[in-house]
Amino acid sequence: MLEIVDLHVSVGGTPILKGLDLRVPRGEVHAIMGPNGAGKSTLAYVLAGKEGYERTRGDIRWDGKDLLSLAPEQRAIAGIFLAFQYPVEIPGVNNAYFLRTAVNLKRKARGEPELDAVEFLRAARERLRLIGSDDGLLQRGLNEGFSGGEKKRNEILQMLMLEPELAILDETDSGLDIDALRLVASGVNALRSPERAFLVITHYQRLLEHIVPDRVHVLAEGRIVASGGPDLAQRLEREGYGWLAERRRASEALG
Amino acid sequence: MSNREIHDRLARRYEHGFETAIETDIVPPGLDESVIRLISEKKEEPEWLTEWRLKAYRHWLSMEEPRWAKLRIEPIDYQAISYYAAPQQKKRPRSLEEVDPKLLQTFERLGVPLHERARLAGVAVDAVFDSVSVATTFKEELAAAGVIFCSFSEAVREHPELVRKYLGTVVPYTDNFFAALNSAVFSDGSFVYVPKGVRCPLELSTYFRINARDTGQFERTLIICEEGAYVSYLEGCTAPMRDENQLHAAVVELIALDEAEIKYSTVQNWYPGDEEGRGGIYNFVTKRGDCRGRRSRISWTQVETGSAITWKYPSCILRGEESSGEFHSVALTHHRQQADTGTKMIHIGKRTRSKIVSKGISAGHGQNTYRGLVRVLPTAEGARNHTQCDSLLIGSHCGAHTFPYIEVRNPTAIVEHEATTSRISEEQLFYCRSRGIDEENAVALIVDGFCRQVFKELPMEFAIEAKKLLELSLEGAVG
Repeated sequence: MLEIVDLHVSVGGTPILKGLDLRVPRGEVHAIMGPNGAGKSTLAYVLAGKEGYERTRGDIRWDGKDLLSLAPEQRAIAGIFLAFQYPVEIPGVNNAYFLRTAVNLKRKARGEPELDAVEFLRAARERLRLIGSDDGLLQRGLNEGFSGGEKKRNEILQMLMLEPELAILDETDSGLDIDALRLVASGVNALRSPERAFLVITHYQRLLEHIVPDRVHVLAEGRIVASGGPDLAQRLEREGYGWLAERRRASEALG
Repeated sequence: MSNREIHDRLARRYEHGFETAIETDIVPPGLDESVIRLISEKKEEPEWLTEWRLKAYRHWLSMEEPRWAKLRIEPIDYQAISYYAAPQQKKRPRSLEEVDPKLLQTFERLGVPLHERARLAGVAVDAVFDSVSVATTFKEELAAAGVIFCSFSEAVREHPELVRKYLGTVVPYTDNFFAALNSAVFSDGSFVYVPKGVRCPLELSTYFRINARDTGQFERTLIICEEGAYVSYLEGCTAPMRDENQLHAAVVELIALDEAEIKYSTVQNWYPGDEEGRGGIYNFVTKRGDCRGRRSRISWTQVETGSAITWKYPSCILRGEESSGEFHSVALTHHRQQADTGTKMIHIGKRTRSKIVSKGISAGHGQNTYRGLVRVLPTAEGARNHTQCDSLLIGSHCGAHTFPYIEVRNPTAIVEHEATTSRISEEQLFYCRSRGIDEENAVALIVDGFCRQVFKELPMEFAIEAKKLLELSLEGAVG
């Protein structure tokens, strides 16, 4: 279970998250929606441990453990995975080699035997099929010269190989055409299980047609301002975020 | 990482910094004609060679140290250096059994076992300790193929006609200050001769070790590949850790006749000095290959991680029609190391080709300069060059500089130059870490990716060694 309590985060002295509360039990998929600049990516980065994101108040616990005390690589080993919105290019670093290194670090930490090159390739091919790619992707430099769609697929491939317990998808749908979107969604759905929690950050409802969430939360001005079932996403798609702001102003006026 | 941790990591170990306690026959410091005669006499050289040395010395006296490189160098007192140091041995050893066990142990400790049981498979080694060659392995096997691989001194004794024919024909003693000095005082080095049509059955390798204090090392290597012959040659080098700087001024000459191919690889790991820049080797080296024949090929691959100062431009003279020259380089400077390195590709023959791939990595307060010349003469119709020059910066106190010189005097030539400078970004490190790879390993991974194009030119075992060496040299470079 992921528990975020009264989280305040500043970036370069500017408060971005201002009292965010969120609980995502294992086995559930939660969607985070919200307007630009609401702090969605900040939430993703804080969870993964990026430097420069300063917690000024509040807590994040994963299975009761203090997540913020762990280095990013320790979080990864503990089962946290972030699918980046803009994965960075690392020229010359073979994609397969990188991924095998990551997979084996994790296996080692769990006391499982490491995968050799052949076993790795077999496992990777299986997952590539799931997301409609061939293994051409594996033999290239890490994200080097990848198209937007290829980068997103590569993130999903990594997720499928690393089998995280908490997966955070940061606008994985942006820049994908509808076919690619469907394939990416099927990758995520394949991984859904009672053991895993997902946090799907998105602008648009269309991704949530393919990855049906258990809960939808609206993040605005650094806080969760509304939560509901999948129908909340549909309402947002129809009416935008304006009505929420209005509702909030009204409640503040009353309060 | 905390500053403390970074600092601790920066204080890395230089694995080869030990010293061998051995009786040394050393000539007192100082240089004049009598010293040169003495060196020549100790080596039992013929008169013509003594004369050649003396001519070089007289020419050297008229020259000045080059000042154009982007290097800050403490003045070198050439009279304070000893120009000859040799481990004392009763007589010239005829076989490995006669070699002082201490010397064999030294090379064993450096990972270069010389005795038969432990020899590196498929690699023949010439081991040079201070001014002399200690032993050469696999000589019989090579002789059966017609290949001569021996120390330079032995070549002067056994094959004087070949040495006389080729010595100084690629790098004349008038070439530059350090080449002139080397020509006057060179002590030993390797000699390779591959006859017509022979593909050398083994990798050839020379391991250079500086041991004695206050000495310079001035080796000379000469490699000749006759028509259609092929050889792959590697050199490695280390030195003890000392607070004083030591001078290393080598000359390497390569000659490739028609359709011959020479691959020359270097993994240079001279002592780089400490974090404050105390000590370390001054490495002033002239390396040049002459593609004399049609379709001859020479390729230089270097991985330079050591030395306080590196001044080195392995070059190709592309004389033969359709000959080709390549230069693949990784140069790393950390702490206070300075490197000014690159290449010269001189296109003379028609349809000659050259390729330059230079990867410079700067960390700490390291300064890394690429300096490369591509010259296309009017005769070089249809010449082509491609240069790729990439710099990687780690931290904010280091520097990377690029000085390409391009001179084209034939309108049919095509010359391309690409250059990039990048930094290991926070984004790249975070990306790796978010996948479970810690910072140290992430840096190693990113640097390895950056150097991959060059590493793949090295024979497999050396590529692995080069990769490890780079990781070790970069320990704690990121904070």
